[in-house]
Amino acid sequence: MSADGISRRAFAGGIAALAIARRAGAQGYAGLGETADGFAKVTPGKPFVFPADHGPHPEFRIEWWYLTANLVDGSGAACGLQWTLFRQAAQPGPQGEGWANQQVWMAHAAVTRADTHRFNEVFSRGGIGQAGVTATAFAAWIDDWEMKGLERTDDRTLAPLTLKAASTDFSYALTLEADRAVVLQGDGGYSRKSERGQASYYYSQPFYRARGTLTIDGKPVDVSGQAWMDREWSSQPLDADQTGWDWLSLHLASGDKLMLYRLRQKDGRDYPFGNWISATGETQMIAGGDIQMIPKATTEVAGRKLPVEWQIAIPSRSFAIACKPLNPRAWMGTGFSYWEGPISFTGTHDGVGYLELTGY
Amino acid sequence: MLSIRNLSKTFSSAGEPVHVLRGVDLDLRDGERIALTGESGSGKSTLLHLIAGLDAADSGTIRLADIEITKLSDAGRASLRRDRIGLVFQQFNLIPSLSVADNLAFQARIADRHDAAWTKELVERLGLGALLKRYPEQLSGGQQQRVAIGRALATKPSLLLADEPTGNLDETTAENVLALTRDLVARTGCGFLMVTHSLHLAATLDRHVTLHAGRIA
Amino acid sequence: MRRALWVLAVLLSHWRRHKMQFATLLVGLIAATALWSGVQAINQQARNAYDRAAATFGGARTAMLVAPASATFPQELFVKLRRAGWPVSPALEGRVQINGRSLRLLGIEPVTLPVDVGNAPRLGAADLSSFVAPPGQTLVARETLSDLQEQEGAAPPTSDGATLPPLRVLPQLVPDVLVVDIGVAQRLLNKPDQLSRLLVGKPKSKPAPLASVVGDQLQLIEPTAETELERLTDSFHLNLTAFGLLSFFVGLFIVNSAVGLAFEQRLPMLRTLRACGASARLVNTVLVVELVALALVAGLIGLSCGYFIAAALLPDVAASLRGLYGAQIPGQLTLRPEWWLAGIGISIAGALVAAATSLIKAIRMPVLATAQPRAWQQRQRRWLILQSLAASAVFAVALLLLRYGESLIAGFGLLAALMLGAALILPALLELILLAGQRTARRPLALWFWADSRQQLSGLSLALMALLLALAVNVGVSTMVETFSRTFIGWLNGRLAADVYISTSDNAQALAIRNWLRERSDVQAILSGGRAEAQVQGQPVELLGLPDHTLYRERWPLLDAAPRAWTRLAPGNAAFISEQLSRRLNVGIGDVVAVPAPGGTWELDIVGVYADYGNPKGQLAVNVAALMRQFPQTPQTRIGLIVAKENISGLIEALQKRFALGDRSVADQATVKAESIRIFNRTFAVTSALNAFTLGVAGIALFTSLLTLANSRLPQLAPLWAIGITRPRLAAIELTKTLSVALFTALLAVPLGLLVAWCLIAIVNVKAFGWRLPFHVFPLQLVELVAVALFASLLAALLPVARLARMQPANLVKVFANER
Repeated sequence: MSADGISRRAFAGGIAALAIARRAGAQGYAGLGETADGFAKVTPGKPFVFPADHGPHPEFRIEWWYLTANLVDGSGAACGLQWTLFRQAAQPGPQGEGWANQQVWMAHAAVTRADTHRFNEVFSRGGIGQAGVTATAFAAWIDDWEMKGLERTDDRTLAPLTLKAASTDFSYALTLEADRAVVLQGDGGYSRKSERGQASYYYSQPFYRARGTLTIDGKPVDVSGQAWMDREWSSQPLDADQTGWDWLSLHLASGDKLMLYRLRQKDGRDYPFGNWISATGETQMIAGGDIQMIPKATTEVAGRKLPVEWQIAIPSRSFAIACKPLNPRAWMGTGFSYWEGPISFTGTHDGVGYLELTGY
Repeated sequence: MLSIRNLSKTFSSAGEPVHVLRGVDLDLRDGERIALTGESGSGKSTLLHLIAGLDAADSGTIRLADIEITKLSDAGRASLRRDRIGLVFQQFNLIPSLSVADNLAFQARIADRHDAAWTKELVERLGLGALLKRYPEQLSGGQQQRVAIGRALATKPSLLLADEPTGNLDETTAENVLALTRDLVARTGCGFLMVTHSLHLAATLDRHVTLHAGRIA
Repeated sequence: MRRALWVLAVLLSHWRRHKMQFATLLVGLIAATALWSGVQAINQQARNAYDRAAATFGGARTAMLVAPASATFPQELFVKLRRAGWPVSPALEGRVQINGRSLRLLGIEPVTLPVDVGNAPRLGAADLSSFVAPPGQTLVARETLSDLQEQEGAAPPTSDGATLPPLRVLPQLVPDVLVVDIGVAQRLLNKPDQLSRLLVGKPKSKPAPLASVVGDQLQLIEPTAETELERLTDSFHLNLTAFGLLSFFVGLFIVNSAVGLAFEQRLPMLRTLRACGASARLVNTVLVVELVALALVAGLIGLSCGYFIAAALLPDVAASLRGLYGAQIPGQLTLRPEWWLAGIGISIAGALVAAATSLIKAIRMPVLATAQPRAWQQRQRRWLILQSLAASAVFAVALLLLRYGESLIAGFGLLAALMLGAALILPALLELILLAGQRTARRPLALWFWADSRQQLSGLSLALMALLLALAVNVGVSTMVETFSRTFIGWLNGRLAADVYISTSDNAQALAIRNWLRERSDVQAILSGGRAEAQVQGQPVELLGLPDHTLYRERWPLLDAAPRAWTRLAPGNAAFISEQLSRRLNVGIGDVVAVPAPGGTWELDIVGVYADYGNPKGQLAVNVAALMRQFPQTPQTRIGLIVAKENISGLIEALQKRFALGDRSVADQATVKAESIRIFNRTFAVTSALNAFTLGVAGIALFTSLLTLANSRLPQLAPLWAIGITRPRLAAIELTKTLSVALFTALLAVPLGLLVAWCLIAIVNVKAFGWRLPFHVFPLQLVELVAVALFASLLAALLPVARLARMQPANLVKVFANER
């Protein structure tokens, strides 16, 4: 029984974490559109408490710790990496002990350069310590992949952190520093995903400075750059007729950060959303009507047509850019597959970022 | 049509070379019928075998029409035998597991020259009509030899070679068989070379040559 | 092409006139292919089953980590290793009792299960969540489901009162295994947070060294190409293969003689074909094509026969393998296409080998026949000398194998060398005997009798060699089986000490029964027994608890014992060791064996060795009370009773009535013994069947050789007839000759067979099973076999001789008429 095979089935069976990532199905991407009976509901006005909210929320169906980094090596060549830990509860209700625990964990790791893209995934059941997250003395891990706080880690900034992952043909180890607090997305951390009230709790730390080593095929190179972490949990973040999303995190050269996404619906209409984070950390929501996201060039990977180049404009902020991927073949051929890779953009603003395309 | 020049053949027996043929010259014209006689061991059968390509000569040439037999490979000699030569032996050499009809036909079939009308005529002329379904062991010597002659002529060869064809037959039968053979040879117009030790039978053919001490006397 | 077809038709016409010869040729090829491929089919079936067993969620084909000194280890080691980058997956194994049956329970963790665990049964898509999420599932083979007499979806209780997750059939699974989620297994086996092993997958990165993560708490067991089951059953399959091979060669003997004769008879035909203008190349090609075509036809028939043989033998083979090794082989034969191809291939190859000399002779044949004087005596002499030299070389190999051979293969090699050597030397021995006979003969007819027998030798020798081999194998195998059977019955009588055996479904019932029995006056003694399992030096070992009772001291058979062995057993620091375990661990009296027990290592002085026939597992016998102290979890569900003979049936009836026990749960000694002997007999049913087959094939070989010889013997017999010996007399002489040569062969086969038996008992059995049996000779059985051989020869000789006796004088006259 192949780990790979298992995982795929595991996901198809809906037991494992994956329901989290995102692909179009009868019930929305990877079961994200199922009704959330028995799980905790996402309601507006929740006060966020740290460090507790850095830790897991097992009463919600799904949750993730999602980190992307835009880096350059000594020669100035751009590269990117991804480290994601997903949690999914197979059943609602009290947490089972040991192997009876209903949580399933999954992690994805990837590195991307202009000429190569490597990825891997790992699965684990909860309850026994093979994977998990602790809030005090922050640590998120699965097998030997981990994101971990140090003694001097500040709950407000969730920094510094060390990050590592290893696979057969790549590995990386980074330290992440940040001097600004985490940023609540949406309305004070309440992020609406449809007009009917589907929502998630969502905060980010977009101000990480990253430094470390990235190894591909046994050849280590020193890298440095900026990183962005998303923390999100929910019980039913997608509406049943939403098929997937296009999501961007942008590091502007000015030091400002911009998060943008659009949820695609079966009827062809989108549900765009944005959040502008100033270099000092203040956030401002951008109304859906004020966002223009126009796919430009598509590339074909794994038999799918993916819009990897975008024209994006926010007229109210005199913002108009053209995004290009570092490597258009940054396909995550994991159990539930999607496109995720570093991008760069030019226009009224310059910078780098990460693009995620799901449900294609 | 058959032309033999300076043909020699040596066997070794118990380590000693035996010069069987020492420069034989012989010519046979179209349709000519020759009897070859000679004492035992004079090389009559050897000469016949060399002409048939059953054995290779040491030196000299044998030409059949435009073909130089002495220069042919084993396969070439086999195809020559198949298509151009009919062979009749003293031992009949029928195939015991084939019926008379099949024995008659098989050389022609191997040669791909089977002619049903001609075979039918042969059967009639050789008087084998009632025997077609029998097997060789159920036939008398004369009957067997008639089948063998029929087989040899079924391909309409240009040359019929016979090695003591009547050696195993009583005198009357022998004469009958030879008479039939002469008729058929005349009918096909092929050449006929017969080895025999019977001067009486030899006298019934067009020409009579004698082999002595490895040469035509 | 057409030309070739005509030549083929001419060649084939020979068989129409020699139907018997044709039949002989086909029978030879069929016999060669049938038994060989039958045996291969069985072996293949078994191997597939072992693969299936080995691959059950990571068997021996997967590298694993185990605790060196205990059966289980804490689960936290699994987490530690995972967090150090080790791609391990946990498993917990144990036994549970369900509906009175003991089954292997295997707990696995499907999410981490490694990629490369062979052809392990796969869980389907949606199945995974139902396997893991409550209530979970119990995966079983279809066979197990029917053994348990349960339906899919049922959730039967274990003897401890726990409930299994609902049963679900996974067809590829091996029988007698229950596969559940690891967490369920920990609950059912009452081993919270304990694991018995970790399966190791392909590492995704370079993990930290094992010792730096878990110290010496776990050790890595590399995957073995061969599983334990394969190693154990090797001998059995080698045994089958040996029979198949023997029959294959005997079949080829037949083919060889038939083809030899047919080609000899067809030489004039080939000459005529060549004279009529078929080239040598064409004729030779067609000859080979003809042979291959015959082999193809015979191969297909042989394969079909092989299939039926295999299908007929399979139930017994399966029973044997289950009885001897605990290997589970499905009783339904499934064949792969490779099997058919291999069978056809072996038939063609065999035919070409058997016909090689004849083919070469035909290919080298000159068109013109040259009369060569046949100095048969000279040729025969040279042939005998060559064969004897070859025999000496083979015997030398046998000696080397005896001296230096260690493995089971070497044991079989020795056997093969012995038999081959004996077969090769046989004609020379017979020649010597016949020569001696000839020297002593005075009367002319007697002189002719001996001289002619000698001349016949070369024609008959192949058949006689086949007869010798078949007989020797027969003597060897039946001696071994008989020895085994007597030893086994004697041993069983001692082992079955109690008069009534009770097996209860759980401890509570056992206790109730014990209390009830104590009140009864007809029960003289209640003996408790028990079995636990442990791992000693990486091997599964059974611990057998023996009650401290005089009956055991008196009757329980020991092969070897230290002084006061039984007394030393009682305190619980000593053990008897089973013969096979003693050989496997190389441990004897006076040595100490350390058994990992739940409470720590249990050191046991070995004070006795006992035979434990038919047990695939090594066993240590200890005092039952000590066993209960060291392994408190051991079910106390087995009770033995000492009861006066006349009270047995009454007591059993009362027990069954009072406690609703089935026939399987309570039995008297006689029933248990009968059952054991029945299983035992099935074990050797296959051997006996194959034995009979090979003897039959040898009989056919003899028959066909005589038949072909008979035709060529007329020239030898005709002169005798001409000088006034009547046909019946001639026939009688012929018969006597055949029988006497067969008798000599049979007599030579007896010592050879005993040697074979010795090899089987002293070398092969010991290496294969771990038992050494005492060697017995059974003279009556030997006489019987010789008589059977003579009878077979008589039957074989009868038809040709009868033909001779009834032969028309005209046929004999023909010999003179046709003389060249």
